[in-house]
Amino acid sequence: MDAKDLKVVNKPAIKMDALGLACGEPAFTDDMDFTGLLYAKLLWSPHAHARIKKIDVSAALKVPGVKAVLTYKDLPRVPHTTAGQGYPEPSPYDTYTLDNKVRYVGDRVAAVAAETAEAAKEAVSRIKVDYEVLPAVLDTFEAMKDGAPVIHDEEDSKNIPDAKHNIAAKFDFEVRNGEWFKEADHVFEHSWTMPYLQHCAIEPHISIAYFDNTGRLVLRTSTQVPFHVRRIVAQALKIPVKNIRVIKPRIGGGFGSKQEVLEDIVAALALKTRRPVKLEYTRKETFISSRTRHPATCRMKAGVKKDGTITDAEMEITLNTGAYGSHALTVMMCSGSHTIPMYRVKNNIRFIGRSVYTNMPVAGAYRGYGATQGFFAWECLMDMMAAKIGMDPVEFRKMNYIKLGEGSPVFKAMGEGREGVEQVITSCGLFEAIKKGADEIKWAEKKAKYASQSGPIRRGVGVACMMQGSGIPEVDMASATMKMNEDGSFNLLVGAADLGTGSDTILAQIAAEVLGIKTDDIIVTSSDTDITPFDVGAYASSTTFISGGAVKKTAEKVRDMIIEVAAKILDQKKEDLRLEGGKVVAKDGSSCSLPEVANTSLYYYNQHQITASASHFAHTSPPPFQANFAEVEVDTETGKVKILDYVSCVDCGTAINPVLAEGQNDGAVLNGISHTLSEEMEFSSNGTPLNASFRRYKIFSAADTPPLRTFIIPTWEPAGPFGAKSVSEIGINGPLPAVANAIYNATGVWLFDAPFTPDRVLAAIKKQAPSPAAGSVKLLH
Amino acid sequence: MSESKSNAGLSVFALKCAVNGERTEREICSSRSLIEFIRGDLGLKGTKEGCGEGECGACMVLVDGKAVNSCLMMAVQLHGKELVTIEGIKGKGGGLHPLQKSFMTEGAVQCGFCTPGLIVASEALLRRNPGATLEDIKLELTGNLCRCTGYEKVLSAVEKARGK
Ligand code: FES
Ligand code: FES
Repeated sequence: MDAKDLKVVNKPAIKMDALGLACGEPAFTDDMDFTGLLYAKLLWSPHAHARIKKIDVSAALKVPGVKAVLTYKDLPRVPHTTAGQGYPEPSPYDTYTLDNKVRYVGDRVAAVAAETAEAAKEAVSRIKVDYEVLPAVLDTFEAMKDGAPVIHDEEDSKNIPDAKHNIAAKFDFEVRNGEWFKEADHVFEHSWTMPYLQHCAIEPHISIAYFDNTGRLVLRTSTQVPFHVRRIVAQALKIPVKNIRVIKPRIGGGFGSKQEVLEDIVAALALKTRRPVKLEYTRKETFISSRTRHPATCRMKAGVKKDGTITDAEMEITLNTGAYGSHALTVMMCSGSHTIPMYRVKNNIRFIGRSVYTNMPVAGAYRGYGATQGFFAWECLMDMMAAKIGMDPVEFRKMNYIKLGEGSPVFKAMGEGREGVEQVITSCGLFEAIKKGADEIKWAEKKAKYASQSGPIRRGVGVACMMQGSGIPEVDMASATMKMNEDGSFNLLVGAADLGTGSDTILAQIAAEVLGIKTDDIIVTSSDTDITPFDVGAYASSTTFISGGAVKKTAEKVRDMIIEVAAKILDQKKEDLRLEGGKVVAKDGSSCSLPEVANTSLYYYNQHQITASASHFAHTSPPPFQANFAEVEVDTETGKVKILDYVSCVDCGTAINPVLAEGQNDGAVLNGISHTLSEEMEFSSNGTPLNASFRRYKIFSAADTPPLRTFIIPTWEPAGPFGAKSVSEIGINGPLPAVANAIYNATGVWLFDAPFTPDRVLAAIKKQAPSPAAGSVKLLH
Repeated sequence: MSESKSNAGLSVFALKCAVNGERTEREICSSRSLIEFIRGDLGLKGTKEGCGEGECGACMVLVDGKAVNSCLMMAVQLHGKELVTIEGIKGKGGGLHPLQKSFMTEGAVQCGFCTPGLIVASEALLRRNPGATLEDIKLELTGNLCRCTGYEKVLSAVEKARGK
C-alpha cells in the first residue's frame, strides 16, 4: 500500500470535537453541574523540608459548611508513585497521599471539603500545624554529597536506589570499542543546563469525584491516563479497582502534566463525605504543586576526526526530580536513548544518568521527555565539532545521522526504565527534511551573507536535527472495540485519551479508511474505564502508532465480518468483495449497502451483532525525524534575541491528518521557542517559588510568536498504521539547540544555560570579548 | 436602589442586563465575579477560567461589544449593559459564525479551552476593525494564551473570517 491509494487517511478531516468547542458547548470536567457538590482546598507546605510534629484541625472543622478535613492520620499509608505509567511503574514508590513529612514548598499537608470554596479556604487557614523545620537541599549536586539532608528517610518507600545520597534513579551504560578518544583529532566537553519549566496547559488540574447510583466512585478528571488513574487511586486508597470508574471528558491540554495521578486526594474526600467533591487547582497551585519538567545539567564530551567521523560520545545527565521521583528513571534514560542514536559514533559511547531528590517542586513527564534536555547538549556539541573541523553544520549532520537500515547499540541497552529493544530504522525522511529546511531558510545564501557583518545587530542561522520514539516498545498496549449500527454507522470505543491532539479524529480516520466509509460515519467514545477497552493513555508519542494500530486491526476484523454477511446477500465469494464508498462491491459490479448488511446481520442471517475488538503493541518504536532551522537577530548591546524565521520539517511517516499533524508540530515548536527565550521558574533561597503566575512566568502570546513554518515530509513506516509514526513531542526539542547554534553563527558566542534572556546573552558576549568597543564583537566564522 | 441586605448579611443586588440578546433580571450576591455569574448563575459553560488573574483570556466575553476578562469583573458591573458570551456568537441568520467555521476548517481548535476566548476577542476586533491586518490580529490576541496551537492556525483562521 502507498499513500496515494488512501481515501480518508492523509486527508484533512475536521476535528470531530471542533464544532462543539468552537461554540462553547459544555465539554470539560468543570462544565457539568453536580447537586450537593463540595469544594476541596488543600493546605500546602510553607517549608521546603519539615516534619509535622502536631496538626490540629479542630478550628477548621468548626467553620460553617466544612464537611471533612483530612490529614495523614486519616488515610492509609501506602507508598506509591504518582507517575501514570504502565504497571509495574519504573518510578520509585516514595509518595503518600498525605504524610507526616513535607518535602517542598507546596507539598500537601491537609485537605478540606466544604459547601463553598470560601468555607474550604477559611478552614484551610485555620488548620494549626506545628512543624519541625529540617535543613533543606535545593541543588542536585549538593544533594548527592555525604551528609546532605536525606529527603526520603522513611523506611517504607520502595525502589529508591540510594536514598542516603538522594538518588531517585540511576543508570549507567557503556559501549567500548577501544581506547576512549584515541582516534579523535579534537575533543570537546561542556555542560548545558535547563531550569524548572511548567507545562502551562490552559485548563488547570481539575477533578470531580462522585458516586453513581450503585455506590461506585466515579472520577471525572482532566487526565491523560484514565486507566492508570483507576489503578493508582485504588492502590493508594486501598479500594478495589472494580469500585472505581474514571471518565476523561475533553481536557484543556496536558503536555505530560496530566500523566500524573493526583486524583487520590479528591477521591479520599469523596469517600469521607459520601458527597460529590471538586478539586480545581488555581493557576499558582498548578505551577507549584502539579508537575514540571526535570531541570537538568547535561555534560557531554565527544571526539571528532578531521574528516567528520564522530569517534566517541559521553553524556552525563543529572536531573532534578524534586521532592518525589515521578518519572525519575525514565525521563533520565530517554534523555540518552532518544538522542545519542541520532548520530553514528564509531568507537565508544557512555551514558551516566542520575535523577536526584531535592526539596523543590516535583518534576514529571513533559512533552519531549528527556530528549529536550539531551538534545540541547548533543546538537550544540555537533555545531562545535563542525566549526572546529571547518565543515558546514548541515553537511556534518547529513554525513553522520542514522540512516535507513541502521541500528544503534543504545536502542537495545536503554529502554524506558529497563532494557530496550533492538531495532533498525525502517523509515527516515531526514535527508529530505534537511534539504527542504535549508531551502526554505535559504541556508547557503544566509550563511554567506552573515559571514561578514559589522555593527551591534548581528544575524545568524542555526540548524538542529531531532528524533523521538513512537510509543514504548513491548510496554505500551492499546485496544479498541467497534460495533456496527443499522444505518451503516459504527461506534468506535477506544481507551486512548484525546487531550486536544485530535486523536479521536485520526483514530476514526484510520477505521474509516479500512471500512471504505466517511470519517463522520464513525462515532468515537474514548477514555471511560467502564465502557472503553484498555489503553495505557496519551504519552510517549504512542497514540497514533499504538492506538492507531489497535483501531486498524479492529476495523479489519469488522470488515471481514461485513464481507461474510455481504457474501450471503450477494451470493458471491468473499475474496471477490471489497468495501468502498459505503458499500460492499463485488468484482462483477454488484453491490449491497452497509445498512443492508447491518440489518441482515441483526434480523435475518445467523442473527448477530457485527462487532470486534483488538489489541496492539509493538516490538519497535520507529522514530519520527525532524530538521529545524532558525534565523535570529541578536542585539549585541542589549543581549536581546529575536527569532526572524523558524522552519521545521518533520517526518512522521504518513500524516494521518496533515492539518492536525502540522498543528501538533506548530504547538510543540512554539512551546520550545518559549522555553528558549523566556520561560524559567524562579525560587527564593529557601525554595519558595517566586513567579507562579502567567504575569511573571511568561509564555509566548500571539504577538511574541515569530513566523513558524512546519513542513511535513512524507515517508512510509512499515510498522505503523497506514505508514504513520508519531508527531506530538518531537517539535519541542529543536528550538533550544537550533537557536543556540544560530546565536553562535551570529555572534561567535555559545550559550549553555536556558533560557537565553538578554542578561544571559549579554553576559556571554561580554565574557567572550572582555572590553568590547561598540560593535566589535569577535566573530568566529 | 437595587442593593439590599439579605438575611445572611450579604448584600444582594438586583441585576438587570441583556445576556446574548435577551433581557434578564437576577438577584445576585454583590461580591459575585462576572465569570461566576456566567458559569454558575446563567449556566453558560463556554466561558472558561484558566487563571482567574486576568492573564490568559480564556474567560473573555463581550460587554457592550468590548472584549473583557470576566474573571476580573464583578457581576454588578454588568448592570444596564449587554453581555455576549461564546454561546451568543452567531453568524448572520443564527447559524455558525464565520470565525467558528474558520477555526474548525483551519485546524485552530486543539484542546479548545482557549477557543471561546479567542473567538470572542477576534469578534470584538473584527467588529471594530473589519480590515484588521495580521499585525492588528496578533496585537489584539496578546491577552489570549494558547499552549496548543503555536497560534499559526489561529491567526490564519481569523484572517479567513475577516470580511465575512
Ligand atoms: S481566567 Fe480570566 S484571564 Fe485567565
Ligand atoms: S487549543 Fe489548547 S490552549 Fe489553545
